[in-house]
Amino acid sequence: MTAYIIRRLFSVIPITMGVLLLVFVIYRVIGGDPAVRLAGKNATPQKIEQIRKTFGYDKPKFFNWQEAWQNTKPAFAQFRMEFARYRSKEVGVGTVFQAGFRLLRAPMAVFDSQFWQIVRQFAQLDFGKSLQSNQRISRMMADGVVPSLCITTPIFVIELFVAIALALLCAFYRNTWLDRTFVVISIVGMSISGLVYIMLGQYFFSFELGWFPVWGFEGVNYVLLPVAIGVIAGIGGSLRFYRTIMLDEMYQDYVRTAFAKGASHKQVLFKHVLKNAAIPILTNVVVAIPFLYTGSLMLESFFGIPGLGRMTVDAIYTGDEPVLFAMVFIGSVIFVIANLITDLCYTWADPRIRLQ
Amino acid sequence: MTDTAANSAALAAKPQTLWSTAWRQFRRNRLAMICLGIVAIYVGVFLYAESVYWFARLRDVVPSYKVADFAARNAHPSTAHWFGTDFAGRDNLAQLIQGVRIAFEIAFLTSAILIPLGFLLGALAGYFGRWVDTFIIWLYSVVDSVPSILSIISISYVVGRGMKGIVIGMGLVAWVGLCRLIRGEYLKHKQRAYVAAARALGAGHLTVMLRHIAPNVLHIIIIVFTLAFPRFILTEVILSYLGVGITGEPSWGVMINDAKQRLWLGVWWELGGATAAMFFLVLALNIVGDALRDALDPKLKTAEGSKA
Repeated sequence: MTAYIIRRLFSVIPITMGVLLLVFVIYRVIGGDPAVRLAGKNATPQKIEQIRKTFGYDKPKFFNWQEAWQNTKPAFAQFRMEFARYRSKEVGVGTVFQAGFRLLRAPMAVFDSQFWQIVRQFAQLDFGKSLQSNQRISRMMADGVVPSLCITTPIFVIELFVAIALALLCAFYRNTWLDRTFVVISIVGMSISGLVYIMLGQYFFSFELGWFPVWGFEGVNYVLLPVAIGVIAGIGGSLRFYRTIMLDEMYQDYVRTAFAKGASHKQVLFKHVLKNAAIPILTNVVVAIPFLYTGSLMLESFFGIPGLGRMTVDAIYTGDEPVLFAMVFIGSVIFVIANLITDLCYTWADPRIRLQ
Repeated sequence: MTDTAANSAALAAKPQTLWSTAWRQFRRNRLAMICLGIVAIYVGVFLYAESVYWFARLRDVVPSYKVADFAARNAHPSTAHWFGTDFAGRDNLAQLIQGVRIAFEIAFLTSAILIPLGFLLGALAGYFGRWVDTFIIWLYSVVDSVPSILSIISISYVVGRGMKGIVIGMGLVAWVGLCRLIRGEYLKHKQRAYVAAARALGAGHLTVMLRHIAPNVLHIIIIVFTLAFPRFILTEVILSYLGVGITGEPSWGVMINDAKQRLWLGVWWELGGATAAMFFLVLALNIVGDALRDALDPKLKTAEGSKA
């Protein structure tokens, strides 16, 4: 058990490094020269060159072999010279050690590259500055977390409970008109773009009826409509997912046994099925956790909520690459951590996993 | 009596392939058959739209769906324009039809990246195991760790707006699901007797992987494609909204986003048309995909629920 936990903890490192590598490859390799993108369409070569210098895009991408070689060569010559002087008793052994130490350090310049620069920065939780506002990105994120959570947490919690309740209902009355109606509603709901829900919701309830404010983040009133839209847009997919899980459990042998020993429908549903369905439910919940953080990109920018989602959308519109880079990376790290926590929860919830 | 006996004899003589049994089961699902019909209609519209597009392009004339008529801007639906016109007086129906073309093109091109990538990596991981498996699991765990909408946005953004960005973005992200399923199947099939027999007869690893096992996992590719198609359509709308979508052509995402401001002026037909066109295709594909899965491989665990 302890060995499993330790192994699982260490597995986070290669994944996190991989994520950083992936995001780096996206922003610095696949898209071509980032300096050209940042400079815009009608930039002079001088301007592009200048951008390259300021952001360090002129450095090698992964390993700075050239720099390392250039540093190592003189250090090696130095070391040889000091060693010769030591042999002829001109200097003490300490000088030789110093030269040797310099020689060992010289090849470290191989890490003077764009990728390792970012690794060093991010390890110190320094995500750089926004190109647009020149604010620190870590500061912007700290400001954006609360509004985002105000929107996404209620959506997440309400959706989860409503979907599970309806899924249990569907599983209980499976293949009746009630079940079929919910299945049809959920599949219809899934087939409409989230953007359409937002546009229609905002148009009818904020503009036509004037029940809710259209734009801003100043009170509970401002949150209600986005939350309602978020729940309605997402419930179809969730309901279908949880219904599948519940039905999978309903056909298991233990359900038949429970009925056979005389347990009531209610008991079977809540005591047996729901408990066994907890693990797939937990998995799905974790998958949705980064969504809490990234916020709902579209909801936030439609309703003018100053959260992380809107920050991301603005960064895409203005080409603010450091912000995008940091957002994508942090979103992924949160997912990795959430995944880790689930796996640890599994070992607690399901003893079978400990044996594997 | 003899008739049924002859029938069952004929049935027994005829080999029962996976596909024929699946088709028989699929046919029994009336809703899925209707939806298959809807998809077929869309395919027809797609072919028509493609011909309109290429006809105009080869003749080097402005295609009919781009002809602006400023006298009839934002016109209500009428017999001349069934879905009204947009802000430049272009016929919405013609644009919706071109939207079908864009949606299919995106789906096919994305699949052209997704399917080979997911299949090959999954097959390699499942078949060879050991360090190949470890590496590929690491690779897809990494890709899967990045919230998919963020990585698709990032790739589309750096590649540049337009079809290329969308296709590369979705293709490089969406292969994970297929890869996982294929890997699982290969792990299973590797143990089967027919693989051992093929190996014993001297078939190479590549032959076993592609000639012997691949036909047994082909159905997964079809299911994944059918279920991924609607997700491509819905993602395209989001990408259009974020300004990394299609340019210069009337995709559904572009139309929905164009309709954003005009909805407040009471122009509902642009949004309505695009939503309806999208809705029927996505719905039909979802239902057909589910029915295909139930018919071909009921135990297959495909990812459901989309978060954006």
